[in-house]
Parts: sequence; C-alpha cells; structure tokens
Amino acid sequence: MIRTIDTSIVTETIKEMCIQTNHCLSKDMDSSLKKALEHEQSVLGKKILQQLQDNLKVAKKEMIPICQDTGMAVVFLEIGQDVHFEGINLEDAVNEGVRQGYQEGYLRKSVVGDPILRENTKDNTPAVIHYSIVPGDNVTITFAPKGFGSENMSRIFMLKPADGIEGVKNAILTAVSEAGPNACPPMVVGVGIGGDFEKAAIMAKQALTRDVDQRSEILYVSKLEQEMLNQINSLGIGPGGLGGVVTALAVNINTYPTHIAGLPVAVNICCHVNRHMVRTL
Amino acid sequence: MDKYIKTPITKEITANLKMGDYVYITGTIYVARDAAHKRMEEALTRGESLPIPIEDATIYYMGPSPAREGRPIGSAGPTTASRMDKYAPALLDLGQTAMIGKGKRSQEVIDAIIRNQAVYFAAVGGAGALLSKCIKKSEIVCYADLGAEAIRKLQVVDFPAVVVIDREGNNLYNFNSEQ
Repeated sequence: MIRTIDTSIVTETIKEMCIQTNHCLSKDMDSSLKKALEHEQSVLGKKILQQLQDNLKVAKKEMIPICQDTGMAVVFLEIGQDVHFEGINLEDAVNEGVRQGYQEGYLRKSVVGDPILRENTKDNTPAVIHYSIVPGDNVTITFAPKGFGSENMSRIFMLKPADGIEGVKNAILTAVSEAGPNACPPMVVGVGIGGDFEKAAIMAKQALTRDVDQRSEILYVSKLEQEMLNQINSLGIGPGGLGGVVTALAVNINTYPTHIAGLPVAVNICCHVNRHMVRTL
Repeated sequence: MDKYIKTPITKEITANLKMGDYVYITGTIYVARDAAHKRMEEALTRGESLPIPIEDATIYYMGPSPAREGRPIGSAGPTTASRMDKYAPALLDLGQTAMIGKGKRSQEVIDAIIRNQAVYFAAVGGAGALLSKCIKKSEIVCYADLGAEAIRKLQVVDFPAVVVIDREGNNLYNFNSEQ
C-alpha cells in the first residue's frame, strides 16, 4: 500500500523543529548537563556549568535562543519506500520549513550562498539534507541545527588497518585536545569509524543525534565509548575550557564495514548545545 | 577573584587583571566579528580611519540572533576568537585594550597583548540567552549590510567574563592543560 504525504506537512514540521531545538534542549542533554554540574570539581568549572543551567532557563522562559549560533540546519530524512509525496518537491519543502522557522523563531541566519563569495542567503537556507530509503510507510525526520564553533574543530583521519583501535583512540583524543576551549565544552563527540571518506563523516554527524545516555549496541563499541569518555575527561580541559573534569558529556560512535586497505575515522565535535530532535510522520 | 570593572578598560585597569580573575564588565563595548574585522583591515589598508574609536576600546566577538520586539538584542554569546587572530594585533597596536571571545589565541595575538598591555577575556560560549540579559542597549554603528555581522555598540551591565590572557601573557588555557 502506498501512503501519500503532502510535503506541506514536512515544511510545517521542520519549521516547528527549528524553533523548538533552538530554545529547548532535549531531555537527554538537559539531564546530562545537570549531572555534569553535580560531578564537576573545579570552582570555575562549576560556575560555568551553573551559568549554562541559568542560560537554559532563560532561553526557555523568555524564548531567546540558547546560543546565538542557531546553526546550519542539518536534516536526516528516513523515507519509507511505500511513501509517495504530493505537493512541492521534498527538498524545497524542507528548505521552506527552515526559512519559516528561522524567520518566525527570531533565529540567526548564518548561511552564505557561496563558500568563497560569502553573501548571506538571509533565510538560513539551504539545509544540509541526508536522505535514506527505509522499509515501511513512515517518514522520520531528525533535525539537528549545527553550530560552527565546534564544527570547525571536527576532523577526519584516513587511518590504515595497522593503526587499529589504538589509532582510533589517538584520533579521537587528538581531535578533542585540539578543539579544547574553542568547541565550547562540555562537548559531545560524534565518531564515525569505517565506511569510506564521506560515510565516516556522515556517521559521525548522525552519532551526535543519538541520545547522550544511549550506548552503542555493539559491545566493544560501547566499551570504547565509555573508555574514550573517561580519557577525554581526564584531559583537564573542563567546562568552557577553563579547567575541570567535565570536558565531554558523551562519546557516541557509529561503525560501518570498510575496505581492506582502510580505516577511516571521522570525529564530529558538538558543543554543549547539542540540538537534536526526531519526529515521525 | 571576582572584580567589577567599568569601560573604558584603560591600562590602569589591565594592570590589576590577572589570569583566572572573574570580572563583571559595565559600560560601552563594541561588537565585531569576521566580516567586520575584514572591512576594518581594508579601511586601514586604504589609509582610512576606523569606524569606531579604538583607543581603550573593548571589542566583543559576537554575532547576535535577531531581537524580539521590545528587546535590545537576541541571543548574544561569544564566538571563536581565533578567527579574528589575523586582524587583532593591528587593532591592539592602535590602542584597543580588551577583547571578549572564546577559545585559544595565536602567539601573534599574545605578543600584541603583552606589547600593548591589553587583555583577553572569555565569556561563556553557548550561554547567549543569559548573556543577552546583561545587554541593556544595542545600536548598529556601521556595516549594517552585514546583518548579524554588523558593528554594534552595546551598553552592558555586569557582563560576566574570565581573564584568560592577562597583560603579562599568562594564559589560563595553557595553565589548565599543564596541570
């Protein structure tokens, strides 16, 4: 059976998600930041984490974006293969949602139309859209506006098979150490291991949209996530990079088969304003 | 140590600011980020004067979200300062004394801080809603066409920041990673 979905619903949903994610953190992030405040030892670190708590309250109550960098809109669309879209084309529908959301939500328009000529598009479009076709007749939209303070500190490493898991660990720690205060810690670290060059990067981004309290289903990966979190938190970077034991809230790792000659590792870093939200149509 | 300071941040004031001090800034500060710095550099290259009085000025690296009706500004937290590293030494040499941003600075900027007895503050990145409450007034001074990147003049009250690099060149970020 084919299910028909009007793309105006996609527009409306994206618009709401732009506004919601930029004013209110998801529950997993919210409780993780509260735990961080209890856990932090340094006086300055505690002060910063308390400010982040106060910031979240003000943002929600007064409808001021949590961060002025309201991000470039990143959208993952999982489209059931039994879905038929009606209305304007899907990509335009997504961008229209971004346009309306960023306008009506008083969000900052941070996108330039060309990377070299750099003229602002003035409506935060276009979004970065990742499509996948899945079984069924649902459409699942994951919306994750991404700030560039932390995006700029992200890295990709084309390791060799001989580098093994130790190479992966070094890659993650290198990226996080270099990011330091620039990435607005406490950060969330999204990692993609395997695939090829672009698959690793997309996995790393997608890993950031997984709840921070949800570990990988693969046993060795979930152990690696925990080990990396412990090691990152012993680097001393701390909240705001001003010293402390809470440098990261979570390390989320996704993996995929790869080539006999390679071991790609992408590390996508996100600040503590790790905005992500899922809706199913 | 908590300190309350008023702009202009003169060299007498920077003399009393030490790495790790927590300060509350009150007074006039200017806002500029990437595109505005580029234009200021171009103006200087053409031999023109700067659009803001640079002597003892404080520049906040920030690009706000739009203000809702009845409010001076939207979300207004710091942006990554290192993107301004290319431009900052020239402005410090012309008399700017304070920078507010977040993240590491280059050795060239640190040298210029020492040379000019200036200071680099970090505000809390990602706390733009809270920081906006310290901003009482905001007006665009120039480069309005740059939108969120225009140069603004702000009136702030008890704006919180941390001394990351003091005028001796002591650097809180290095200090932490060496601990």
